[in-house]
Parts: sequence; C-alpha cells; structure tokens
Amino acid sequence: MNTHTLPRPKTARSTTPPPTAQLGKTPLGKTPLSRARLTKALLPETAPRAAFGQIVRNEARLAWRLPAGLIFGVGLPVLLLIIFNQIPSFHQTQASLGGLTAFDVYVPILIAMVIAIIALISLPGPLVTYRDQGILRRLSTTPVPPSWVLAAQLVVEFCITITSLLILIVVSIMAFGLGAPKNPGALVLAIVLSIAAMFAIGLCIAAVARTGIAARAIGAAAFYPMLFFAGMWFPRQEMPGVLQEISNVTPLGAVVEAIQDSMQGQFPPAEPLLVLAGYALVFALIARRFFRWE
Amino acid sequence: MKTQAAVKISHLSKAYGNVAAVDDVSLSVAEGEIFGILGPNGAGKTTTVECVLGLRTPDTGSISVLGLDPVRDAGELHTIVGAQLQESALPAKLRVGEILSEYRSFYREPADVGELIDGLGLAGKVKDYYRSLSGGQRQRLSIALALIGRPKVAVLDEMTSGLDPQARRDTWNLVESMRDRGVTILLVTHFMEEAERLCDRVALIDAGHVVALDSPAGLAARASGGKSLRFVPSAPFDDRLLTELPEVGTVTRSGSHVVVTGTGELVNTVILTLATAGVTARDVQLDTSSLEDAFVKLTGRHLHEEGIPA
Repeated sequence: MNTHTLPRPKTARSTTPPPTAQLGKTPLGKTPLSRARLTKALLPETAPRAAFGQIVRNEARLAWRLPAGLIFGVGLPVLLLIIFNQIPSFHQTQASLGGLTAFDVYVPILIAMVIAIIALISLPGPLVTYRDQGILRRLSTTPVPPSWVLAAQLVVEFCITITSLLILIVVSIMAFGLGAPKNPGALVLAIVLSIAAMFAIGLCIAAVARTGIAARAIGAAAFYPMLFFAGMWFPRQEMPGVLQEISNVTPLGAVVEAIQDSMQGQFPPAEPLLVLAGYALVFALIARRFFRWE
Repeated sequence: MKTQAAVKISHLSKAYGNVAAVDDVSLSVAEGEIFGILGPNGAGKTTTVECVLGLRTPDTGSISVLGLDPVRDAGELHTIVGAQLQESALPAKLRVGEILSEYRSFYREPADVGELIDGLGLAGKVKDYYRSLSGGQRQRLSIALALIGRPKVAVLDEMTSGLDPQARRDTWNLVESMRDRGVTILLVTHFMEEAERLCDRVALIDAGHVVALDSPAGLAARASGGKSLRFVPSAPFDDRLLTELPEVGTVTRSGSHVVVTGTGELVNTVILTLATAGVTARDVQLDTSSLEDAFVKLTGRHLHEEGIPA
C-alpha cells in the first residue's frame, strides 16, 4: 500500500508553510480565528435563524425528560435549604462567622453548588454524548453548524441555573427570613461571572472527555474538591489561614466570596471577581482550543 | 440523461498519519445519476464521501459539487447536499416527529414531512422516542433526514445496512423515486444486489484506488467468463452431446444437477440439443456473472472478506 501522499514541489514548500496533519478535524476546527471567518462559521447566512429556536426547544425537552440534572441542580439544593432552615442553631449569629448566621453563610454556598452541578455535570454530558454518537457530525452536513447545539445547550442550562437560583434566593427571603440582598446589582454581576467561569470549566470537560461516562467522572472529580473549598463542609470563615488562601483562588471559593459580599451589602472586592473572570477567559480559550466536533 | 457533472472528484488523496485511505481517486457523477461506490470495508469509500461532504479536507486533489468547493463553500454546499452517514445516532429521548421538525427547520425549502415518512414507512412512528425504534427504523429516519432539505445531491453511506429485505426494497423504491425527481445520488455500498438494482454506474474501490468504473452490467461483462446454466436432466445423457457444441465450454455434474458453462446463445442451444436427444431440462437456472464476480476478478479478493454480512 502506498504510504505517502504526493510530494509537494519544492517551490511551493519554500513560499507557503508546509501543510500540517489535519486528522479528524473539521474545516471549522482549523479556521484561523479572524472575525469574518468566525462569523461565517458560527452564523452562516445559509442557516435559517429559526432553526436555533427548534434546537433549543429539543434540548429543553431532553433536559426535562432526562431529569437527573434538574433533580440535582434544582431539587437537591432546595431540599438542603429546607433542611438547613429547620436547624434552630442555623439562625443564630455566630462570632466565628463574622456575626452572620450559618443560614446566611450557607445560602451562597448552595448557590455555588447549583452553578457547579449544572456546569460540571449537566452541561458537558449531552455535548460529549452528541459527539460520541455522531450527532455533531451529522449536523456538520446540514446548513446549521454544530456549534448551535453547543449554544443551545448553554442557553438551556443557563435558564435552568437562573430558575434554580431564583427559587433558592426567593424562598430564602420570603419563607426563611434571609435579609434581602443589599446590593442586587453586585449580586447579579457576581452570579453572571460565576456562571461564566463554571460553564467555561464545564465546556473544557466536554472538550477533553471522549465519552459521557468519562465526562461524568471528570465532572464529579472536579465537583467535590471545589465544593470543599466553597465551604460546604467547613465554612470559609472558619477555615485555617492557608485553606482560606487556597479557597480564594478556587472557582467556587471565589463564587461564594463574591456572592456573600454582595448579599451583605458591600460591592464585592475586585479579587474574587477577577479570579472568576480569569477562570472564564482561560477555560473558554482552552475549551475552544481542544473542542472537537467529531 | 444530462451529461453535466454533479460531483467531480479529481486526483483525490487523503492519508491518516502515513496510511493512505484514498489514493488518487478521480470520478465524475452526472446530474440525475445514481452513482455507486462499491468496495470492501476500509477501501476508502467513506473517506471519499466525507471529502465530498466537506467533513474532511483532501490532502491533494480537488472536488466540485455542482460547482461548489466542499471545504470553501461548505455552508452553501450543505443547503443542496443531504447526507446519511454511518454510525450516526440521534438523542434517545426525542420523538421522531420532534427530530424531523428540528431538521426541517434547517432548510429554507424543506420537503413535505408527511410524504417523506410515508415513503419510508415511518408514518406510525412520529410519536415514538428514537430510543424505541428498531435498527431498521432508525436507519430509515436517518435517510429521511438526508432527504428532508430536498437536496440536489444525496450522499447515502450504507443506507440499507441493518434493514430487513422488505425495508430494503422499500428504501430502493424511495431512492429510485428520488432519482426520477432529478436528484443525483451518490451511494456507498458493499451490497451487490443494491448496486446492480439501483446504480447507473459503479466505481469499484479497493485499497484507496478506483479499480474499475462502469455500469453494473458493463462491469459484469468485463469479468465475464461467460454464462453458466444449471439444470436437472429428465434422463441420462452423454456429456459429449453438449461438449461438442461450439457455445459450450465445460460440463460438470453435481448430484442430479448438470452445470454447463459457455457463451453466446447458450440456453437455447443446450435446451434444443437436449430436446432432440429426448431429454428435458428441468429447474433451469441461468447464472450470469455478477458485480461480485467482477470484483473478485478485478481485485483478486472477495468483497466480504472480513465476514461482514451484506
């Protein structure tokens, strides 16, 4: 069997860079990152815009019909909230928590948990499965780019996250006596940055995992340490200095710090917001670099 | 038939690492034609059509699909080309109707879904989850999705694998009706009967090369060692009665059957000669050489050497 492709003429080699091996890459994956090309790749004129709505609808149906994500991303945090509310000591202010109640401390932690479950478990699973099963490949043969499924998945999981967070915050305030957030603008900013950072990490998992099972394993492996540093078992205020330092630079540590501060009325300090923005940027770039459509 | 090329592949080569999957393949598919790409597993059939679909970038050579470059003009290409690929599933918990609505929305002038699913025998399955479909039903849905955009060119890769004989014939009818509407069809198959029944022309591909390109009958004729006639004689007769005929090559006996090979008007001559000797030929079967024979003759190998059932 012939094991070589045709040799290229020397003149061509001296004027143009040699072609690199492009194994299993779609043309989309190796398009240089220029604005015009990116627009053409992500929003081709040939793809009817209404198709995006149809994709979102079907992704939403799938999220509803395979409700593990809804149970763990919405049901479990609300259940924990109800349990925490039943513990009398959780409503007493404590000096070790900086004069807050344990309930005050745990609401931001549950918010972090919601975002983490959806970003690390719910988001990557379908994307990896779609690639594994050739669904993204099939889409590559239609006028609609496969990136629209990724975008649809982001839209659906974003909506689920916001719904879950609204339930958590509204129930805490209306039913369980949590003080209304004193700086709502800062809270919204903190939540948006938190979701951006965690979704970027989730997309990275989708980029590197080959199968749905691998994606779930990686997601779970990332979830528990992150949740530890969020203070789930040991609130940040009570952590020894070193752990607190580490927590400050972990994604969920930064999420809890930024949300806690905006709930208590201060505009969150720059540090957690910058940490979150950094995670969002770095992991989005890694995901873009390594994501494969087939 | 129109003569303009719908798909033109010129000197296409594509290697994975240092293994050449496709090596200098050139072929031209006329508009309105059903063109078969036939060959054993690993011959480079799928890589070829993936290049046609713009899913892979050729190392060397060029492809034009109705004047479009599959890589450069991928967006436009995908509005006029429909594809059914191998090993391509769909979300388990979507209903057939929901999948069809989604894919229908991808095209500006989609096909009539009702007509499509009737033709593919999926009419009763619209409310079923993809998960609950049989292998054959999934395959037919996959074909429906390839045709839902009313493509000018349809690429069907092993479209009838996993279908039972009835579903296979229904699918063939659908493909023929597509051709009658002027759709050009590029059909990848390793199933002989399918190529013989459907294809106007066939390219035999082996180890990345086109080893022959002709109509199915033309290919069979090329391989032809002639015809072969098999029958049960009503009474014993001397072999020399037949071997003396100019049309007859060999006469062999297996059990009660006699097998005569030869050329020309073999059947008439043999039966008449026997009749004059008072012998009737019963259970007459005429085997003409097939694409399968052509493949063996041209490549020295069988299509199904890896034991893949057709």
